[in-house]
Amino acid sequence: MQTSSSTPSKNTQLFAGLWLLATLAVLAVGYRQAIFVAPAEATMGDVFRIFFYHVPNASLALVPPYINLLGSIGYLYWRGKNPDRAAKSDALAIAAAEITLMLTTIGLVTGMLWARPIWGIWWTFDERLTTYLLLWLLYVSYILLRRLSSSGQAYTLAAVVSIFAAVDVPITFMSIRWWRTQHPGPVLTSGKVDHSMLPAVFWNLAGWAMFSLLTLSFRYLLERRRQRIAVAQAEAFLTDDPAVFAPAAGVPLRGY
Amino acid sequence: MTYLGHLLAHLRKDLRLEWRARDSVNGMLFFALLVVVVFALAFDPTAYPTIARQISGGLLWVGLLFASMTALNQSWSRELRNGVLDAHRLAAAPASAFFAGKALANFLFVTAVEVVLAPVFAVLYNLHPLGRTSVLLVILPLGTWALVGNGTFFAALSLRTRNRELLLPLVLLPISAPALLAMIQATTAVLTGESEPGLWINLLIAYDIVFTTLCVLLFDFVLRED
Repeated sequence: MQTSSSTPSKNTQLFAGLWLLATLAVLAVGYRQAIFVAPAEATMGDVFRIFFYHVPNASLALVPPYINLLGSIGYLYWRGKNPDRAAKSDALAIAAAEITLMLTTIGLVTGMLWARPIWGIWWTFDERLTTYLLLWLLYVSYILLRRLSSSGQAYTLAAVVSIFAAVDVPITFMSIRWWRTQHPGPVLTSGKVDHSMLPAVFWNLAGWAMFSLLTLSFRYLLERRRQRIAVAQAEAFLTDDPAVFAPAAGVPLRGY
Repeated sequence: MTYLGHLLAHLRKDLRLEWRARDSVNGMLFFALLVVVVFALAFDPTAYPTIARQISGGLLWVGLLFASMTALNQSWSRELRNGVLDAHRLAAAPASAFFAGKALANFLFVTAVEVVLAPVFAVLYNLHPLGRTSVLLVILPLGTWALVGNGTFFAALSLRTRNRELLLPLVLLPISAPALLAMIQATTAVLTGESEPGLWINLLIAYDIVFTTLCVLLFDFVLRED
């Protein structure tokens, strides 16, 4: 097992650093647009400005579940044929699941902060809030399953649950829609957003998309490194070579 | 042996085991009764007949859900004794027939519980349904299959993990959320007579078809995973 590849190359590090700087720059522009440039909303006033953070994050949260599904299908397809590709797919799946959790959490928290002054309540079981809560719960249970199963089985079981979760998402979406609705409909695509507010929306959407991509890649590389350490430790255990344990010192080996 | 032959063999075996011990059905029945009684402590159903109609659909399903979850884990842990599960893994029979047989057996057990529980529930809660009660004969089996089909699958899945009793509800409940919503709404619609349960029955049918297909397709991964 080559240990040199456990550290990303200089080029990757440089690219990640530049990407981080670009992300921060776009987010800074987005912040300026949202807080200083965009006009205050007619009825809600300045409270409305949380919209520029709530909508991008909540919208982006619908993308990583599909990455998670693709990773899981890839894992199930390759696990008997190409172990390396299967491990990569699984790393992508767990990274995407955690990004889903991050984005839905931001969406839920900003939504609650917004609902309190506007609707007068922190929470209500309306269409979209319930859908996002269930989306959040689905991926929490996916991540819990990985934590609670031993490392040998976790990948397959998690991949199976991921497929169930991905099929469940549209069904949940439709059923909750039939159930009730209080949340305002999609404002971005209906053309109800004033043109003076669009730059703030798109800068923040781009910034959070870049941030999500960065976090996703980072988490993916982290998981790949954990996989390599686990393989190296297993091999060292088999060959009884204590030297290979050394680079893993201080790294907790969890079944995760 | 055909696929149906394998399926029926599994079903017969589970029914015979249950007939000799009667653990699951008795346990589930008593558990569901306790849930009904505990809910009656929380509010007085006979004093508020309108509220009773509005919420008892939910209470009935929550009671059945919890009761069936206690039996689902048992139905697989039976197979662990004497390495029976390993024998199943080595057997040439299709894995999905094993799943379908057990799911059907669990479905029959939960249905038996419902047959006893539903009248008791109506008496204890003094229920006077305002809609067409015959529709419940469609809703109850569809809802039960949605719970038991996925439940049997995830019980087998959690059998392979460390905290098996803990994991089943953690995975089953979020994925069953649309089905739970549909069965509760449909039952409430029948009890209150305020709306038509048609939409929710269609959703239950779609849910059952989609998830039964998924369970049958993916069960091989769960059974043969090491």
